[in-house]
Amino acid sequence: MSLFFAYLSVVAALMSALVALATNWRARLQRLAEAILRRWPHAHSVAARIFSETHYREFHRYSLFVLLGFSGLGALLAGLGTLMNGAVLTQILPFGLPWLSWHIRIDPLAGFFLCVLGLPLMAVSLYGPGYVREFEHGKHPLSALGLFTGLFVAGMELVLLADDAFLFMIAWELMSVASYFLVAYQHDHAANRRAAFLYLLMAEIGAIAIILAYGVLAGFGGGLTFDALRGASLNPLWASIAFVLGLIGFGMKAGLVPIHAWLPEAHPVAPSHISALMSGVMLKIAVYGFIRFTFDLLNQILWQWGVLVLVIGAASAVLGILYALQQQNLKRLLAYSSVENIGIVFVALGLSLIFLSSGQAHLGTLGLVAALLHALNHALFKSLLFLGAGAILHQTHEQSLENMGGLIHRMPKLAAVFLVGTLSIAALPPLNGFVSEWLIFQTALQGGLIESGVLRSLIPTASAVLALTSALAATCFVKVYGVAFLGLPRSHHIAHARDVQHRGMLGGPLLLAACCGLIGVLPTPLINGLGTLTHQLTGFVLPSVSALGWLWLTPVAPKVASYAPTLVLLGMAMVGGLCYYLLYRRTRLEPRRAEPWDCGFGGLTSAMQYTSGAFSMPIRRIFQPVFEIRESIEAQQAGPANIRIVALRYHFHVLDRAWLALYEPAGRLVLRLARGIGRLQTGNIRTYLGYSFFTLIFLLWVIS
Amino acid sequence: MAIAELTLYQQAILLLAGLIALTSFLMLGQSRLVRLVSIFALQGCLLAAATALAATVLDYPHLYVSAALSFLLKGAVIPILLQRLIHRMGLHRVMDTIDHPARVMMAGSALVVFSYYVSLPVVRHSTLVTLNAIAVSLAVVLLGMLLMITRRQAVAHVVGFMSIENGLFFAAVVATYGMPMVVELGVAFDVLVAAVVFGVFFFQIRSSIDSLNVDQLSKLSEADQ
Amino acid sequence: MAWLLAILETLLFVGAAPLLAGWIKRVKCRLQNRKAPSVFQPYRDLLKLYRKQPIAPHPASWIFRAAPYIVFASTVLAAAIVPLVAVDLPTSRIADIIVLVGFFALGRTFQVLAGMDIGTAFGGMGSSREMTISSLAEPAMLMAVFTLTMSAHTTNLSQAMNYVLDTGLVLRPSFVFALGGLILVAIAETGRIPVDNPATHLELTMIHEAMILEYSGRWLALIEWASQIKLMLYGVLIANIFFPWGIAQDFSLTTLGYGMAMIALKLAVLALVLALSEALFAKMRIFRVQEYLGFAYLLSVLGMLSHIILETAR
Repeated sequence: MSLFFAYLSVVAALMSALVALATNWRARLQRLAEAILRRWPHAHSVAARIFSETHYREFHRYSLFVLLGFSGLGALLAGLGTLMNGAVLTQILPFGLPWLSWHIRIDPLAGFFLCVLGLPLMAVSLYGPGYVREFEHGKHPLSALGLFTGLFVAGMELVLLADDAFLFMIAWELMSVASYFLVAYQHDHAANRRAAFLYLLMAEIGAIAIILAYGVLAGFGGGLTFDALRGASLNPLWASIAFVLGLIGFGMKAGLVPIHAWLPEAHPVAPSHISALMSGVMLKIAVYGFIRFTFDLLNQILWQWGVLVLVIGAASAVLGILYALQQQNLKRLLAYSSVENIGIVFVALGLSLIFLSSGQAHLGTLGLVAALLHALNHALFKSLLFLGAGAILHQTHEQSLENMGGLIHRMPKLAAVFLVGTLSIAALPPLNGFVSEWLIFQTALQGGLIESGVLRSLIPTASAVLALTSALAATCFVKVYGVAFLGLPRSHHIAHARDVQHRGMLGGPLLLAACCGLIGVLPTPLINGLGTLTHQLTGFVLPSVSALGWLWLTPVAPKVASYAPTLVLLGMAMVGGLCYYLLYRRTRLEPRRAEPWDCGFGGLTSAMQYTSGAFSMPIRRIFQPVFEIRESIEAQQAGPANIRIVALRYHFHVLDRAWLALYEPAGRLVLRLARGIGRLQTGNIRTYLGYSFFTLIFLLWVIS
Repeated sequence: MAIAELTLYQQAILLLAGLIALTSFLMLGQSRLVRLVSIFALQGCLLAAATALAATVLDYPHLYVSAALSFLLKGAVIPILLQRLIHRMGLHRVMDTIDHPARVMMAGSALVVFSYYVSLPVVRHSTLVTLNAIAVSLAVVLLGMLLMITRRQAVAHVVGFMSIENGLFFAAVVATYGMPMVVELGVAFDVLVAAVVFGVFFFQIRSSIDSLNVDQLSKLSEADQ
Repeated sequence: MAWLLAILETLLFVGAAPLLAGWIKRVKCRLQNRKAPSVFQPYRDLLKLYRKQPIAPHPASWIFRAAPYIVFASTVLAAAIVPLVAVDLPTSRIADIIVLVGFFALGRTFQVLAGMDIGTAFGGMGSSREMTISSLAEPAMLMAVFTLTMSAHTTNLSQAMNYVLDTGLVLRPSFVFALGGLILVAIAETGRIPVDNPATHLELTMIHEAMILEYSGRWLALIEWASQIKLMLYGVLIANIFFPWGIAQDFSLTTLGYGMAMIALKLAVLALVLALSEALFAKMRIFRVQEYLGFAYLLSVLGMLSHIILETAR
């Protein structure tokens, strides 16, 4: 049954891609419909209405996203079904190479990530029709957008279902290339083309690393199916080589520092619902690949791997959020924040690897559950934030935080939904972001059970870095919400923005916000449901998660730690309600409106409030060695002896240090190599004849 | 043994070990010379207290003499000498800027973890209760050397050198119940003589290059700049 | 029955917080040779504010009006889970010390959002500074907490206090360092000198005051009360985790009365220490706060390292 739903979701995505091609076929389809449906007048009239001039565009747009919605729903149902009954279903499809058909497998791990894919996809399908309406009359064809969206989603789903390395790589490449075309959708700006090229380049380098990793395993295993790879017996050196290759390949797609440079370039450029899918879902597909490779295919785990993953994850988390704090472009900020959250997921995975390698299956399972839960939570609230940013962009055509402000008065419904996303990503109780962070802290706190003293001092340091990260994330998103929605508008068109009219554009984010709240308040059933998954991967099921009942979350033991989010919410509601009743209703003192305090000078304008750069300036000063800051002031002077300044321009750039230290030298090296090799092409016909001549001599010598 | 199973005196020794490590870190981060010498004096007093406690716990009376000697020398005489030197040279208002205090502190923490790692084989096979603190004494030695590396003023170099000797003395108290009395007295007077000789040399250096910044000592080379 | 006792303890906590604030002010005034107001003055101030009409600035939205309630509710819930008079109350199982930090973060987030809601420079400045200080203080506090949990093997507050009570008087270096770190963080988080001056109204020196500048009437009463409860919370945490002797371990009347007397005594002594430090030290400029919090973090890290090196059995 789950396999049927999974196939349904892939087919629905492919059909959405095909339907997208029919954007401009209105006339043809109308004639075709008339020819086929001549005998049934009722159907004929419906078809005439659909294919008429006025309704066809809307019908086409909606059908694209309805099919995507079915795809998401199918993925969600497939995933839930597999998680609940824990069965592993396999099938061999007649496609593929003659000696290697496509193997399909759906097991609890794939099922969980199908759920992670399905929920944001359903939200995007609600949101999409309203958002892409403005692309219909744009410079770029809507058919391209729809086609590649469908292929992108189908690619992601096939990655989750693949059971052999060949299908995995085909689906991976389909996902990467389709998303390249989506990132390059608005290719009339040179910056967009450059970002898309960087994205494609890094995706391909990552794919090469993954192919090499599978190659190492296949060399020892003797076959490309995952079953053969599982049975490969490697010595620790080759296993480590395979692990590092897998980490580089999957880490490049997931966005780990320092191989994250494509994320902040590609996300602002793509259309917002695609950014939501990329950041919310595609990064999790990379996490799925890493988990599948390390926990499932490699049958040994060394503690050094765990330490490496922990250190890289912690560095990604802290550097990601520090760079996010310095961004003024909203979508670029959200992209850096994705780097941070993926870092947190890898910190949890690193802890899990360390515990599993020292034989503590209980704690290793807890770390894995925390990582998976954080991946799901991030998919939900990051998609929500990107869809919200897209709604702001759609209504106001504004991406920079420096020009926004006061949107809570102009767009109140969007502001309320965006607030839920902000509180979730800032990891505040009782929402879902807090639950996964709490679980990661609980895992790290059990580090005292490890024997090595050096590891016992490394783990609390990593958790202190995690604490710093979550505090900085709260700062960053309070800045985003405060600057964008609160205060006074900082530019004219923001002051006259209109609220989102399309119901779906609010409905998609609302669905995600509801999921965030639900998981935050009732995490225990979800964690219990992951039992089949952890049993498959680590052979252990968390025994005492709900030892005190479904209200309480006790991951290790009731005496060690317990958390009851439902009671927290209830308590806060009771206290808040009681205060409101006693203070407001009993005294009946209505608040009076007045001017804010202006020190007696008057004339407060919107330029006097804190800008986004000003809000994060103390953090910039404190963490200055992390950033590469280029600041300059250009003054244009005129008048006698050039003493009068007529124009003043302030340039401020925060550059990624990884870009300057790693990417630019690598780029220069490649160019130098290319120039050196380019010397082979002299343009002189005699040298080319000489090449053929020497090749002929060499071959004759070899043959003899 | 875990700390809850030790007697109160043994716990106090371990507490003093922790506080001595704290004073080493405080010296790393202190940029005013007068306060640096005061923290060094505090370290000497804590060392004397730890030695006296060890004498009570292990019932070795000669450690009381050791404690009195180290209090006198390291807690009183040498700090007073250094303070007078600082005031005479007019350095009591100078701030010895540390380049990157955060990095120095992180290096200090890494050194503590490293000394713990290095001292693991020694401690594992011992039944001595206070031997847990040998990692701390090694850390104090390494932190003293780090202090010497990261500072420019020569007075800070002297304090770093003295703090290395503090760490070695603490290791002796913790591991072998103190050194033989002859060795003890010899080392103590060596340190005193070293302090006096340093004082003489400071005046010499200052009259040569007109400052006590050791980075300027390269002015003494006669090669063409 | 235990739940009823827990609710009564929470009410006592919430009700006694202004008394602690009044006592601190009294001690400070006596140290500065001034005539002090009565210890019950904060109650009169809250009552006065409750009766006044609140004023909302024009740019304010519903977040400005809802924030005081959310701040107060999260602080009261935090007060419910910290054992004041008795351990093993059922409310202390609802959340552990990491969730306590989360409650503070929730209150602080809404306060900061309310500060930015007004659209003046004061609010943005207070919000920016408050978030910067708290993002540096949170790792230090969590590191101190980790040091404690590495000894007690639990993050549940009453279990940790039971552990310290059961093992008796043990001089742990890690606890000494964690206490130092927690005291420094408590001063930073509650906005006392030397981090922030609670009595100032000069914009150069305001942090907490700048965020709540526009509040008046019952909203200001709620926020003032919440910050008094927060101060008492940190005091109770320090007193009961590191020196828990005297706290009631069962629910009989004598032990409860004794527990109340002991906690009152401990809080009075802590208030004396706080007032002394406020009188002796001057307020730091804002970019020195990072060194101060870095020192708190260093103390917590040293505590954790000394736990691993000095305290555990090999």
